[in-house]
Amino acid sequence: MAGIKNTILIEFEELEEIIYLLQNISEVDLSGYSKSSLKRRVERFLQVEKMDLVDLKNAIVNVKDFHNYFIQELVVNVTEMFRDPQFFVSLKKNVIPYLKTYPQIRIWSAGCSTGEEAYSTTILLNETNILDRSFIYGTDISPKALEIARKGVYSLNKIKSYTENYLQTSPTSDFSSHYTAMYDAAIINKEYRSKVLFSTHNLVSDHAFNEFQLIMCRNVMIYFDKDLQKRVLKLFYDSLSLFGFLCLGSKESLYAHEIKDNFKVIDKKYNIYQKIK
Amino acid sequence: MPTATEIILIGGSAGSYTLIAELLEQLPSYFQAAICIVLHRNRQYDTQIEKSLSRKLRRNILSAVDKMDICMNHVYFAPAGYHLLVEPDFTFSLDGSEHINYSRPSIDVLFETAAQIYKDKCTAFLLSGANSDGARGLHVVEEYGGKIIIQDPNQAPIQTMPLAGQRETINPEIWNDSQIISFFNKLN
Repeated sequence: MAGIKNTILIEFEELEEIIYLLQNISEVDLSGYSKSSLKRRVERFLQVEKMDLVDLKNAIVNVKDFHNYFIQELVVNVTEMFRDPQFFVSLKKNVIPYLKTYPQIRIWSAGCSTGEEAYSTTILLNETNILDRSFIYGTDISPKALEIARKGVYSLNKIKSYTENYLQTSPTSDFSSHYTAMYDAAIINKEYRSKVLFSTHNLVSDHAFNEFQLIMCRNVMIYFDKDLQKRVLKLFYDSLSLFGFLCLGSKESLYAHEIKDNFKVIDKKYNIYQKIK
Repeated sequence: MPTATEIILIGGSAGSYTLIAELLEQLPSYFQAAICIVLHRNRQYDTQIEKSLSRKLRRNILSAVDKMDICMNHVYFAPAGYHLLVEPDFTFSLDGSEHINYSRPSIDVLFETAAQIYKDKCTAFLLSGANSDGARGLHVVEEYGGKIIIQDPNQAPIQTMPLAGQRETINPEIWNDSQIISFFNKLN
């Protein structure tokens, strides 16, 4: 470990030791994560907690439940409502008409973090009159993020920037009609909260749990290396009904993966794919 | 195209675009290194810069894609809205975590991760800008044996970033614009 003027840097070998320790004392396997990205998260954790590597290893092994806290802090929980507004425009135009043909619509928001994407989707479903026959599963590895997601309460500061995103989706309603504001926070309407079930799911180790017409997993796979991406894509493939849709982040493409042959590109820019075989 | 064994990094913000366009224009048709650029910009402008530069320079200027190989003779820009990182297997990765120095992409993030992989095969330039992103990263490049160059603050349209770079580093080279341009012109 080197300290360069207020910057903590660890070596890749030291990162491997931490991954190995976590594998031994918990179910968590971080070995498929992008190394430089994960290393930065560990360094940030050490900086914030004012710990060094010896402290960290000691705490992982000896302090009960510390590893849960550590992992929660390592995973990136940055999200927003209607992130990439044009993606939602494309979803409305290219995917919703197809979903309308189903009597029941099941949607999976994978790696949903604090729930903003799942709620954005419920609003879109409501505007297109199919919310009543839709149900969304929001899953994430972090129980702490899911707790926030279940509450559906966000600061007005955030709501302000979400409103700017929302306005770019050519909406048919006021954003303020979807939440109730009180003091400096806003709660998402109950009609939306009741349509989402949030639960923990680990994309690395857990299996398919249902069949979906739409899976959204945006800006999650960038944290995984190519092999793990491949495994997770197989999990999504197995979890999609035939002609179901897969939505990835705007910088995540199926392009480099063999499984692309089983999908048709619906929107190249926003990475929307349809399972065709 | 084979993986690049040398990397040249450029970080810039307000006031750096003209110089970046100019130095890219001076590139020979073939060079060994990969060139990676973080230019602070609004997320809404997305890939406009890559497109217009590609047209103008008649070479492929790429927006870095997650898990893409870092190849010699290529120019990459960090995409708006993501940090750009270098991985030990000489690929890029993207990261949507918190802003650093109010920036995403952050120059520090690219510089720090590239320095630790490319070590003395890393050359980093810090150009004009209105904040201090990149200064710490520049110091990490220097600590890992790389070469660091700062645009002469007297020539930078906005001095804040070059001055911060000078403060945070031990032994930077200070180059004027024509020295910087000639470096890229003479690459092989």
